Amino acid sequence: MAQLAYFTEDQLPEGGTILRLGGALSISRLGDIDERLRSVSSAVSQIDLSQIEHLDTVGAWLVYRTARDHGATIVGADSDAQRLIAAVEGADVPGEAEPRRSHALYLLHEVGSAVIGTARTFVEFVGFIGQCVKGALNLILHPGRLRFHSIVQHFDMVGVRALGIIGLMSFLIGIVIAQQGAVQLRQFGAEVWTVNLIGRLTMRELGVLMTAIMVAGRSGSAFAAQIGTMKITEEVDAMRTIGVVPVEALVLPRIIATVIMMPLLGLYASLIAIIGGGLFCWTTLDIPPETFVQRIREVTPLTDFYVGMVKAPVFGAIIALAGCFQGMRVHGNSEEVGLKTTAAVVQAIFLVIVLDAFFAVFFTEIGWD
Amino acid sequence: MGLMADPDSVISVRGLRTAFGPHVIHDNLDLDVRKGEILGVVGGSGTGKSVLMRAIIGLQEPAAGEVRVLGTSMRDKDEGEAFEIRRRWGVMFQGGALFSTLTVAENVQVPLREFYPELDRQLLDEIARFKIHLSGLPPEAAYKYPSELSGGMKKRAGLARSLAMDPELLFLDEPTAGLDPIGASKFDELTKNLQETLGLTVFLITHDLDTLYAICDRVAVIADKKVIAVGEIDELIATKHPWIIEYFTGPRGRAARLGHERQ
Repeated sequence: MAQLAYFTEDQLPEGGTILRLGGALSISRLGDIDERLRSVSSAVSQIDLSQIEHLDTVGAWLVYRTARDHGATIVGADSDAQRLIAAVEGADVPGEAEPRRSHALYLLHEVGSAVIGTARTFVEFVGFIGQCVKGALNLILHPGRLRFHSIVQHFDMVGVRALGIIGLMSFLIGIVIAQQGAVQLRQFGAEVWTVNLIGRLTMRELGVLMTAIMVAGRSGSAFAAQIGTMKITEEVDAMRTIGVVPVEALVLPRIIATVIMMPLLGLYASLIAIIGGGLFCWTTLDIPPETFVQRIREVTPLTDFYVGMVKAPVFGAIIALAGCFQGMRVHGNSEEVGLKTTAAVVQAIFLVIVLDAFFAVFFTEIGWD
Repeated sequence: MGLMADPDSVISVRGLRTAFGPHVIHDNLDLDVRKGEILGVVGGSGTGKSVLMRAIIGLQEPAAGEVRVLGTSMRDKDEGEAFEIRRRWGVMFQGGALFSTLTVAENVQVPLREFYPELDRQLLDEIARFKIHLSGLPPEAAYKYPSELSGGMKKRAGLARSLAMDPELLFLDEPTAGLDPIGASKFDELTKNLQETLGLTVFLITHDLDTLYAICDRVAVIADKKVIAVGEIDELIATKHPWIIEYFTGPRGRAARLGHERQ
């Protein structure tokens, strides 16, 4: 290993100081010479490089910068050193510094751009829904352009492949409802009402809601990431130039598939949850399966089933719309794909819960309670 | 086949075999890159020029053979040796491969921060600024993100990052592809300049005949899964290999030669 870079200060007979640099003036052997060169206080009139063993561009820059700051001349440089110094010299243009703002201004800027961003996203979302409606009307007029293959493929991705995880989740939820319900109702000696709780809660609320959250996490995110990646690789632009409408080819099949799959998955989830709850009732509360099924049929009104089945396709549409919308908003770099995928899931779950609250009030008002 | 590596060679490849499953890319490939030269690597599409580069820099594990870079074997090396070698080379990928979440200046500083965490922030900024200048970018490009740059600027920024560590050895993967002719010849000039100023050895993959004539000291031709010839262009043509003849004496080859001779 070459020696660390060093320098000495000497007085010149004709006045002024000469810096004698030595050692290897290269990035790996710098040590603290950068700092020490900055803090040389005497007026340097010459810089001597004759004792330098090795010089690279970083070393050349340090020499040049010191010479510039002191108005010194460089002596003893061999031809390589001269070339390097000349190369870095050209780079010494007063580049504009990175703009810096005060903290208060920065906060205002952040808040302002967040507000503008949210408003713009909302307008874009409305526009996107408009595009989808237009695309759907177009499909009704020209049913031949429906991409049946793509829809079937998304049936598989959104629906069939989700059966396992949604089934497991619903089964556990059924058990939790039954167990918690039994604990609370036991205080009033009304354990048998656990069956009502299971039947009504799963059919009306939890079956569809939990399915929507799972579909948003599984498929909404996948939609955003797939379409977002296609945006980055310019596949979406390529489609446009060929004459394929991206909304028709990418968005509508996903929305249609999710809208159709959501009620099926929701019903499936509700049934599995009831089975889970029933098993708990059988083992812990000694309610035999025949009695349980009969009680469920007595206490769960058909309207609860309707409520779930009305909500499910709406939730499906919202999840698919949010996923595709965020995917289409991706532009620029790969980080965007991640950001928009997260945004798609958050937006979908938030909208689903807002809509669920709205539906709860609505159905109670129309007497489906 | 000489088993001993030439002591002057910065890169020496012996008996290299690379394969993706049953698909063999290189078989028994030998290549030497001498210190201080610009070696152009040419070959038809799909002959594995980029794969060869990946095998040399250790991104692609060869099925057989020996690869030595700067005197160190790239196979079965430990992490410490690998670290030392990576400090001494710079690699520019085809599309620039800039980190998309960092500005150009931050991209240039990534290797510096990685290898020399003790460097002062102000010095890092200064280094980034002159590296960006050396690679021919305007100063205001320093604070731009890769998505805001044109294809040519991305390549230059990629070059700036590969030069960050003052490497002895520089790998360039199709540096002029996709550039306009003016930008391409500027890039050639830049490569030549840097090689002369910094004493670089350059491993240059290219399809650009003008680049081959303008700046390459030697050219290696990959065909039939090996390097079929290495040398100056006239020496290559003298081998009478049909692909080489077609490559250099086809209409584009003749035009490039004429242009070179006119200069």
